[in-house]
Amino acid sequence: MFTDAIDRTRRLLHGLGGPARVALVVLLCFYALALLAPVVAPYAPSQQLDIVALKNQPPSFAHWFGTDRVSRDVLTRTLYGARVSLSVATLAMLVAAVVGTTYGLVAGTLGGAVDTVMMRFLDALLAIPRVLLLIAILALWNPVPLSMLVLLLGLTGWFDVSRLVRAEAMAMREREFVVAARSLGARRGRIMLRHLLPNVLVPVIVTTTLGIGNVIVLEAGLSFIGIGVHEPTASWGTMFQEGTAAFAGTWWAALFPGIAIVVTVLCFNVLGDALRAVLDPRHLPRSRIAAPAATFAAVAE
Amino acid sequence: MNNPLLSVQGLRTYFYTGAGVARAVDDVSFEIGAGETVGLVGESGCGKSVTALSILRLIASPGRIEPGSRMLFEGRDLLALSEEDMRHIRGNRIAMIFQEPMTALNPVFTVGDQIAEVARVHDGASRRDAWNKAVEMLELVGIPAPEERAKEYPHQMSGGMRQRVVIAMALVMKPALVIADEPTTALDVTIQAQIIDLLKDLQQRFGTSILLITHDMGVVAESVSRVIVMYGGEIVEQATVDQLFAKPHHPYTEGLLSAMPRVGHERERLQTIPGTVPPPTSWPSGCRFHDRCPYAWERTRVEHPPLYEVEAGHLSRCHLAQEPERRLQPHTPLVAQS
Repeated sequence: MFTDAIDRTRRLLHGLGGPARVALVVLLCFYALALLAPVVAPYAPSQQLDIVALKNQPPSFAHWFGTDRVSRDVLTRTLYGARVSLSVATLAMLVAAVVGTTYGLVAGTLGGAVDTVMMRFLDALLAIPRVLLLIAILALWNPVPLSMLVLLLGLTGWFDVSRLVRAEAMAMREREFVVAARSLGARRGRIMLRHLLPNVLVPVIVTTTLGIGNVIVLEAGLSFIGIGVHEPTASWGTMFQEGTAAFAGTWWAALFPGIAIVVTVLCFNVLGDALRAVLDPRHLPRSRIAAPAATFAAVAE
Repeated sequence: MNNPLLSVQGLRTYFYTGAGVARAVDDVSFEIGAGETVGLVGESGCGKSVTALSILRLIASPGRIEPGSRMLFEGRDLLALSEEDMRHIRGNRIAMIFQEPMTALNPVFTVGDQIAEVARVHDGASRRDAWNKAVEMLELVGIPAPEERAKEYPHQMSGGMRQRVVIAMALVMKPALVIADEPTTALDVTIQAQIIDLLKDLQQRFGTSILLITHDMGVVAESVSRVIVMYGGEIVEQATVDQLFAKPHHPYTEGLLSAMPRVGHERERLQTIPGTVPPPTSWPSGCRFHDRCPYAWERTRVEHPPLYEVEAGHLSRCHLAQEPERRLQPHTPLVAQS
């Protein structure tokens, strides 16, 4: 079973193709750096090195990404910013995926009146513009704790996932293997978890991967207008905002967190698209063990 | 028949659709003895599959098995069982084999895993034991290298192999009755013969009864002992396979038989039955086959025929049983006249 998993992972990586593999490596490096920030970062995130001599220093060997207007090391803050930006986006999408999948699966499996009510409720939620809702809440709840920011982003981001899952579950429910499973005595719960859930997971994984990129941008945007993550906590969004707020000569304070955002979002998009193509099990190669029937047919020809 | 394994009495399965009530199965009664193979034949849309799903009580809304229907299996009234008791019968005492082996298997699990699931559901077998059982079943249905094959996904197998897997799944619990719904329709002719042989072989080994649903009279001729012909949601003829092929009584059965290619008659153009099965929301009055029948006369348009016993063990729902001379004057059926 364990070797089987390794084998499958290897096949998956192989199938992803060059660009997606690069994207995956880059993202893994970013997550590793974020995790190891306290070890690899040269300074503490809010340490003001020398408010007079070391403010607004351009990139140099001592400070690779330069220093900002209050003499903090930009590299250090970009690394710590990755911790916040990546974890907020990842956890928020995880919340969205769990809530969306559960909601969609229940609606799609039960069908009938339950489904109708659940979907009309979802339509109502979809009618609310997400960004405006977030701005309204965050403007009133200022400063918002990070855990609440994760929940807010997650709980406003599951609608698409649940529609997708519901549609897939409805299509699957009519498939013969579900009827076959029932004809062999499987319970409703088993059918939902074993026969429907795994078959809807692929679109969920793809949407979630693509969604993380979106949430990073959203968090950066909210932080940029001053209502997401708050100073002195570093996130790429707050850093970018600060960098652009400072005078035009200190381009480095905004450029590096900006690049981090662009590269991360690009990688998530590339990876998500490649996963969509490869996760469909029908892409696995056919068996090489010849069936006797096939041999017979070959001889007959 | 004394103590049949399954006795279906007056089964009615109706679907309440926007277009009206579809009487897909309308007062169907038959019996299957222990170890017997019964063929259920008819065109698409005549109620064969709905009959099969009704036996397992797998009819989904808006369909409903009407009150008054009775199905006795091993002495128990299937329609009186709780859903939980019914679940213990499905896959355990009665199993079903489906037409399309690709869609009848879950694409995301290995075939071994899916066969093992049946043992886990009904036997509470451990993962290990269930897996061993799956490998054993694959070997039983004639799959080479079953250990390796069990680890494969359905799409990695050929159609014939997949159908063997589906049969293995159905036989895990050694059910008393297997319902095979067109098990060979989606397969190549050479593979069809292999699958039919496999079913016959397994039946002899385990003494399983089989309800074989098909529209292929050739399959019927070589594999069943008794035949039930359905048309328009009803049984129109029931006989042993010898009786049916030697002396088909119902004009519909006659039509099915003459639509079947035979060795020695290659040059002849195959006959067809004009028209199609009418929609189940509006069966014709009188005999439901009258508008397609070459012998139809006034009486068949108004009087719904009962099942006449035309010889011992041979039933036919046709007024020709009382007016046999009409058979001598065939004419163009109504549907072909306009």
